[in-house]
Amino acid sequence: MSGGTSLENANPVIFERSGERLLTATDENEDVHDPIDDREIFDILFLHLIRSINDPEHPLSLEELNVVEQVRVKVNDAESTVGIEFTPTIPHCSMATLIGLSIKVKLLRSLPDRFKIDVHITPGSHASEEAVNKQLADKERVAAALENSSLLEVVNQCLTPRDI
Amino acid sequence: MAADSTLLLSLVEEFVSGLQDSKAKDTATGVKDGKFTVLQLVEALGQSLTSSQSHTRARGVQLLSEVLQECYGSLTETEVEVLIAFYENRLKDHYVITPPVLRGLGALTKCTVLPPGSAVSMLRSLFQDVHVQSLMLAERACVYNMLINLMATREAELKGLGADFVFGFVQSMDGERDPRNLLLAFQIAKNIVLRGYDLGKFAEELFEVTSCYFPIDFSPPPNDPHGITKEELIQMLRDVLTGTPRFAEFLLPLIIEKLDSDVQSSKLDSLQTLTAAVSQYEHKDLAEFLEGLWASLRREVFQTASEKIESAGLAALTALTSCLSRSVLNSDSEDYLSTFLDLVLKDCKHHLSEPDLKLVWPSAKLLQAACSASNRASYIITAAVMPSLIDQYNSRAQCSHRRTLLEVVQRFILSVTMSRSLDNEESVFLAFRPSLCCMVFSALTETNASLQITASSVLTSLAQQRGLLLDSDINLAVDHLTRLVLTENDAEVSLAVVECAGALAALHPAAFITKLIPRLKKEMFSEPMDHDNERTVSERHSYHAVRQRCLSALAAVSSQPSVVQESTPVILEVLSSAHKGSVGFSVVEVVLACRSLQRIAEQVQDTEETGRCFHDIIIPRLLSLALQAALQGEGSPGHRSPLVEEAVLSAMVPVISTSCSRLQPTLAGQTALRAVSLFLNGDVSFLPDNSFPSHIQLLKQRGDSWSQSQMVCLLMGCVCSLPRSVEVPQIEELLSELEEMSCACSHPLSYTSAAKCFAGLVNKRPQGDSLDSQIQSSVKRVCRELDSASASVRTQAFTFMIWVAKALLLRYHPLFTTLTDKLFSLLDDADLGPMAADGFTLLMSDSADILNRSCHADVRIMYRQRFFSENSDKLVQGFNAAPQEKKPNYLKALSNIVNTLPKQVQVTELPKLLSLLLEALSCPDQGVQLSTLSCLQPVIMDPPPVLVQQLEALVSRLLALTSSPAMNVRITSLRCIHAVSRFPEHEVLPFRARVLRALARPLDDRKRLVRSEAVKARGQWFLLGSPGGS
Repeated sequence: MSGGTSLENANPVIFERSGERLLTATDENEDVHDPIDDREIFDILFLHLIRSINDPEHPLSLEELNVVEQVRVKVNDAESTVGIEFTPTIPHCSMATLIGLSIKVKLLRSLPDRFKIDVHITPGSHASEEAVNKQLADKERVAAALENSSLLEVVNQCLTPRDI
Repeated sequence: MAADSTLLLSLVEEFVSGLQDSKAKDTATGVKDGKFTVLQLVEALGQSLTSSQSHTRARGVQLLSEVLQECYGSLTETEVEVLIAFYENRLKDHYVITPPVLRGLGALTKCTVLPPGSAVSMLRSLFQDVHVQSLMLAERACVYNMLINLMATREAELKGLGADFVFGFVQSMDGERDPRNLLLAFQIAKNIVLRGYDLGKFAEELFEVTSCYFPIDFSPPPNDPHGITKEELIQMLRDVLTGTPRFAEFLLPLIIEKLDSDVQSSKLDSLQTLTAAVSQYEHKDLAEFLEGLWASLRREVFQTASEKIESAGLAALTALTSCLSRSVLNSDSEDYLSTFLDLVLKDCKHHLSEPDLKLVWPSAKLLQAACSASNRASYIITAAVMPSLIDQYNSRAQCSHRRTLLEVVQRFILSVTMSRSLDNEESVFLAFRPSLCCMVFSALTETNASLQITASSVLTSLAQQRGLLLDSDINLAVDHLTRLVLTENDAEVSLAVVECAGALAALHPAAFITKLIPRLKKEMFSEPMDHDNERTVSERHSYHAVRQRCLSALAAVSSQPSVVQESTPVILEVLSSAHKGSVGFSVVEVVLACRSLQRIAEQVQDTEETGRCFHDIIIPRLLSLALQAALQGEGSPGHRSPLVEEAVLSAMVPVISTSCSRLQPTLAGQTALRAVSLFLNGDVSFLPDNSFPSHIQLLKQRGDSWSQSQMVCLLMGCVCSLPRSVEVPQIEELLSELEEMSCACSHPLSYTSAAKCFAGLVNKRPQGDSLDSQIQSSVKRVCRELDSASASVRTQAFTFMIWVAKALLLRYHPLFTTLTDKLFSLLDDADLGPMAADGFTLLMSDSADILNRSCHADVRIMYRQRFFSENSDKLVQGFNAAPQEKKPNYLKALSNIVNTLPKQVQVTELPKLLSLLLEALSCPDQGVQLSTLSCLQPVIMDPPPVLVQQLEALVSRLLALTSSPAMNVRITSLRCIHAVSRFPEHEVLPFRARVLRALARPLDDRKRLVRSEAVKARGQWFLLGSPGGS
């Protein structure tokens, strides 16, 4: 608890941060329609969520620990579906449900209604993978969770942008 | 005299028995005026001082003390002696008397005539008879002030008291709680420590009594009238604790203990105190704590969550290492520095061999912090670390690992640069030179972009190590850079390479002159053999990119005069071959060549040599080429020189204006003289390649021969950027020609440039009748032309007017008002109305080429505010009076003006304009919407109350704009909505549901940039009023 004790895994592998999406000429061209793509969803999570959730174990952001990677984000704009896999840092991570719920809420708030959003754990990366996936897929349980004001408070804290 | 003594008696009576406090003041005035003496006062007080009632005695002493506080300056030595004896005696009296006694003693300590020995006796009685901490706040302050006064004047006597003084002080301050008194007490402790008072055996006691406040945690109450800050207390206490090495044995364990704390601020304070402390210490003070300190520092840097603590920890390590480096080695003593660095290396070095793990950076930073402390430390550390880094670089295959290693190496080089500022010793890296060079050059040949970028910045830092690189290394480096300039297509890499070349060329110009410049020249002029379709588009494209990089590299390396001498002829040759058509250069390439010349003019040192190069060679050459192209433009229809293109001419202007404004004023004057005589008199004698016809009249050309008339922009570049000390020749004639041209010549670039040139000259002309009459006649002319029927004549006249108006506005010329009135009246004009509204942007913003400070224009401060405050009412009135279809012009003009004002002014002016600006948001013109949004946005960030009152109107208009057809309007309005969420919560909460509903639509916008703003704004509004949200 105190600064004097040492962390369980003090020297984890860190991953390179991805750079900002480069602005292209078509982005600024009024006449071109930009479809919603994987990178855009990743950026939504990356800018508003991943950077602000801290793993209590590590003073590193989830991004540096590769909890959400761009390759695990799948979007189909035409069919209005989004699928996301996230990878908890350790197989017994107690935050898994919370991270999943935060991702789900963030996407519900940030995407048009037409999208069907599917959030689940990367197969084989968590001990109680099935249970967590089931909770996240159950619309009513998600809605009920958000009725719970103390849970909503924690989720909102995860979604509050940090001033850097 | 008798009257005086009765007066005195009555004063005393009224003060002591009548309890009238104001009488003390009267008595003091009497003593000061000489009506009665202190002796008489004491006599008059006789009865009260000997009264059996302690309260009466206290009143009596109080009167005496208050008088003394006013008149201590006029006392004689004997009086002081008697008074001190009296007061010392009174300290033993009843406790109610103590406060006035202390005040009296306090006054006496300020006396300059304090008899010898009295300070000591005063303090002895004080320490003996008074328990300071049971006194009230003000009396404790009085005791501290006495000590401070005596320490200031009687230092020798107090030191005579020996350790007793320290002991007495320690007892007095033990348990002090008030921050005001603590500041005083720390001041005394600091004096004791720093001025060499004998601490005797009480060092630990003094440390204990002060260090118990460490680390200071104090937050002043709101509206604190005393203005004591935490920082003040921290600094004072730090000065005490770090003041003497005698505290080392107590302070260092304390710091180690406090570093374990969870409170961030106390960690930070401990680290900063450590840094301050070790600057005073010697190695023997530190010796036994080194391991503990290192363990704490390492932990702070390895596990830190805050950059502040990390950098404080690194600074402490640097201070610690440099303290150890100062130690003088004996033959028999241990070398503490190397022992300590062994400790550091043992814990950090192995992390450097795991470049993908987290601790590589903290370890590197720690080692670099130690490295930067001293020369000896940097030798020890680099010797231990560099070989393994270099080995690893050679054995690792992954680019990301190699890049990390290179970056680590670079940080070591930079940290060593910091530690050796002046000495001329050879570089620490001398031993590693071959392998470092090898490493950098191999990285430069990699294909990985980030590796190449890192390598070029490592190369820059290596080159900055004095005396490290050999000439052969530099030559090799230049070869690599040249190769990269010519072949590397990645924009970021070539930018890094060009930057590196620039840095190296400033240090080693010779290699660049002999190798890089000739090679680039060859490459630029080696024309693709045929223009036929054999070459694909992409090949031609890459060929263009090579030229582009060559030109920017030429500009980057030209900072030394010797390089400029070599590089500028190459660029000029580009221009002349482009003109002749001997080598095919596109217009874009010619423009880039001009930009390179401009950049050189901006960065080169202002010496006689470079001044001559620009004024005697480059500018005449440019003018000559432009003139040749202009004359040819009319004659031959076949090959049209790129030098008649507007883009090229506009790129030449800044070359001329930069050299005229910044290089060698006398030479610039000469250039101006030549240019004016060229344009007015057709004098071509100074131009190279002189084969011009004799009758050139550049300013008299009209209409069809625009290729000559447009050259006036070059004249503008020259005469408008001269320093104000340089006089423009034939100015009257020049002005009238320019006016004529801007009104009569119908070619846009020509008449605009003529108008700008006129404006630039008028702005700098000295005040006086000739200027006034010149302006008046021009204004008359403009008004006449504006009444003309022809649309093009009116546009020309308007252009002329707006530039003249700007020139006058900048210098606060009184005749400006006539032009403003004219401008406002044009807002109602059917044709010129929109143009007039846009004209306000030109008036209020800085223009890039003329009428700015770098052109030495006469620009008064705050001219925008002045214009705004003088004219905003007119604008509002005009808006109200205008017919419906003209209103947008006024709104546009208003938002153009408000947009350029500084934010403070916007906020204060907003209330009266707000309704107009909200009106402007619903104006159909997208330009007006955008400029209004952008001026509202900063105001919304920090909303004034009046804006909050208009929230309904604001929100509904902003929401309507989120579906505007223009993407920029949608983006800016979403940003504004985002900012509105930061208004006071109770004000915006009622809008939450509505805003969330409205923002669902832009989430599905067709443009990604709009969607991303919508996501941000909607996320923020969701948090509003929700638990855990804001």
